[in-house]
Amino acid sequence: MEFDTVTVSRLITAMTLIFHIVFATLGVGVPLFISLAEFIGIKKKDKHYELLAKRWSRGFVISVAIGVVTGTAIALQLSLVWPNFMELAGNVIALPLFMEVFAFFFEAIFLGIYLYTWDRFKGKYTHWLLSLPVIIGAGMSAVFISTVNSFMNSPDGFTMVNGEFVGVNPLQAMLNPSTPTRVFHVLGGSYLTVAAILATIAAFALLKKKGAAEYHKKALKMTVISMFVFSVLTALGGDLSAKYLAKHQSEKLAAAEWHFETEGNADLILFGWLNEDNEVVGEIRVPGFLSFLAHGDFTSEVLGLEETPEGERPPLIIHYLFDLMVMIGFFLLGISFLYLVLSRFKRWEVHNKFILWLLALGGPLAMLAVEFGWVFAELGRQPWILRGYMTVEEAATKSPYIVHMFFLFLALYIVLGTLFVLTLRKLFKDNPVELELEKYYPELKKGDKK
Amino acid sequence: MSYEVIGISVLWIFLYGYLIVASIDFGAGFFAYYAKITKQDHIINQIISRYLSPVWEVTNVFLVFFFVGIVGFFPSTAYYYGSALLVPASFAIILIAIRGSFYAFENYGSKQSNVYMFLYGATGLFIPASLSVALTISEGGFITEQNGHVSLKYFELFTSPLAWSIVALAIVSVLFISASFITYYASRANDIPALHLVRKWALFWATPTIIMALTTMIALSQRNQQNFENMIDLWWVFGLSMAFFLIAISLLYIGKYYGVAFIAIMLQFLFAFSGYGMAKFPYLLYPQINIEDSVTNPSMGIALIVAFIGGLLLLVPSLILLMRLFLFDANYAKGKK
Repeated sequence: MEFDTVTVSRLITAMTLIFHIVFATLGVGVPLFISLAEFIGIKKKDKHYELLAKRWSRGFVISVAIGVVTGTAIALQLSLVWPNFMELAGNVIALPLFMEVFAFFFEAIFLGIYLYTWDRFKGKYTHWLLSLPVIIGAGMSAVFISTVNSFMNSPDGFTMVNGEFVGVNPLQAMLNPSTPTRVFHVLGGSYLTVAAILATIAAFALLKKKGAAEYHKKALKMTVISMFVFSVLTALGGDLSAKYLAKHQSEKLAAAEWHFETEGNADLILFGWLNEDNEVVGEIRVPGFLSFLAHGDFTSEVLGLEETPEGERPPLIIHYLFDLMVMIGFFLLGISFLYLVLSRFKRWEVHNKFILWLLALGGPLAMLAVEFGWVFAELGRQPWILRGYMTVEEAATKSPYIVHMFFLFLALYIVLGTLFVLTLRKLFKDNPVELELEKYYPELKKGDKK
Repeated sequence: MSYEVIGISVLWIFLYGYLIVASIDFGAGFFAYYAKITKQDHIINQIISRYLSPVWEVTNVFLVFFFVGIVGFFPSTAYYYGSALLVPASFAIILIAIRGSFYAFENYGSKQSNVYMFLYGATGLFIPASLSVALTISEGGFITEQNGHVSLKYFELFTSPLAWSIVALAIVSVLFISASFITYYASRANDIPALHLVRKWALFWATPTIIMALTTMIALSQRNQQNFENMIDLWWVFGLSMAFFLIAISLLYIGKYYGVAFIAIMLQFLFAFSGYGMAKFPYLLYPQINIEDSVTNPSMGIALIVAFIGGLLLLVPSLILLMRLFLFDANYAKGKK
């Protein structure tokens, strides 16, 4: 069987990123919640929160390790799999890639210090302060890398003369038109996803009634409140991203919304499918809503896919990815809101099975939404790797060994993924919360019972 | 000084930094495994894991920093090296991944399994071996370019004496640097049995290091005459390197001032590595890439240098803090904290 190297190049990169993005998302978000828990613990003098921070950071170490190695993989693969792209784009967008390494370096140093110094300082806040550089470093890594992806979508900061970039302005390339909305959406989405995952852990533990209920309820309250805040922010970021697309990258929005003809008062199409004549059937139509989404005005004109030459249109499948991502986003907003409302009323037990199950589903769904959103962003840029300047076909390596490398990396990710799950299970199964509470904080035992 | 010279100097310094910190890490893996199979692990493995656990991510960043930096300053390296190194660099990534996960899975997860210890030891030798391919091909003649298709001549590479002597040099240097560092660390921690054991290893690996360095120079003279002659012109740099080597082994031999001995070894490699780098100048890949033609545009070059200075202002204090807390805090090294 003959493989074409471009397809395999795309597959190998997609595979690495689909795997890496899970750990990248955790890497950005978890430090925030560790820090939050430690802070609340010190403030309220509540040992439950301290233990929460400790246990989260223990699990975090393992995800960081995989994040580091897969991050190294993708950083190298950019040059190994897309040598022509890096040669061209390196001239304009090397700056944020370079700074990303600094940000990560900064984060890694303080993470190392944070993890190994729980009881080394006199003041409790001293140790907590060490979590701040970790949050900042992780956040800045995400910011820098998002600017590179933005640059691929809306290249800026140079002029092209005879196939070469001249008049390069690295800062302008970084702060290209899609940077603000993308960074906002990526950061918000990461914090939201991690809040949802940590909530899933707590909800699951409560469902299984393994004990230490107070501990898990505190964790749940803290993470679900965060979920609510970040789902609102992420939705706002998503809305701004749609408005950016309408203005600067209309073909991506048009393909995602199956909006083929340019028109005013455009309908928003939810789900549905395409028949043989490429007509949309079985969809839910929201009248005028696409115009509103794109420009904040129900009558405004939205450019259709017809405006883009046929060879340069993104694949229409991104419609489903987009819809699924948005649905999950609203689901997370909905359940966190429901939890918050119910917890206001003493009459209802907020920790009932139904709510807990919904929250337990939230984490995995949120991570799926991250994947959908990311694949949508990448497929929506096709056939370009650098929109308007270079296609993926021109950028890919010509080495036939790429096929072998694909299977090699596939095996690696299967091994890493399996070990990750096994190690986490072992780590927490051998050392359940109730045992640890008893061991380190015996004075809490009574308080827990009432 | 032009910015391409600043750029390559900075990158070379980082590569040197990686060489030192990564050697300590890689060698430690080998020694940990060796100690385990010779039933000496109770003596040294405690000290190895105490030092390495907090710093392994930092080690990895040095490498990422180097190749992101070199692609930034000299984008055509992405084209040539990226195309040619697909296979060896992918292997290096896989090995680094296995090794990185060792820390996570082994140290936090479960008890020490033999398979994992073996992988930890083996990757410590295979990673430097696969990375050293980049140095070999930079000497020229291992890459072909036909209609925009760059590929590596694998047969040429695998039958090249230069390639194999560089691999051997990389491995013995790793072991030498690592053993002498652990000697120093054991002396800081006042761990006498460990100190005796690793001091022997450090002395043992000193000789092959020098033999391989000379062998590699001979192999180089056959592959890239110009590079070799430049090195001969820089004889005093290599002479200094040799002098520091002699200081280091004397100190190791008499069993005093292990810290000074390790610094002498760092200087030995600093001079040898800089001498080699200067002799290569101005080629990054002979004859396709020289730094003047391949350098990025001035605005990017300056932006990268500014970012670099800013980054250093942030990182150096942080690194000092890290080292004070773990490396040079005698109580921590002894395991009391």
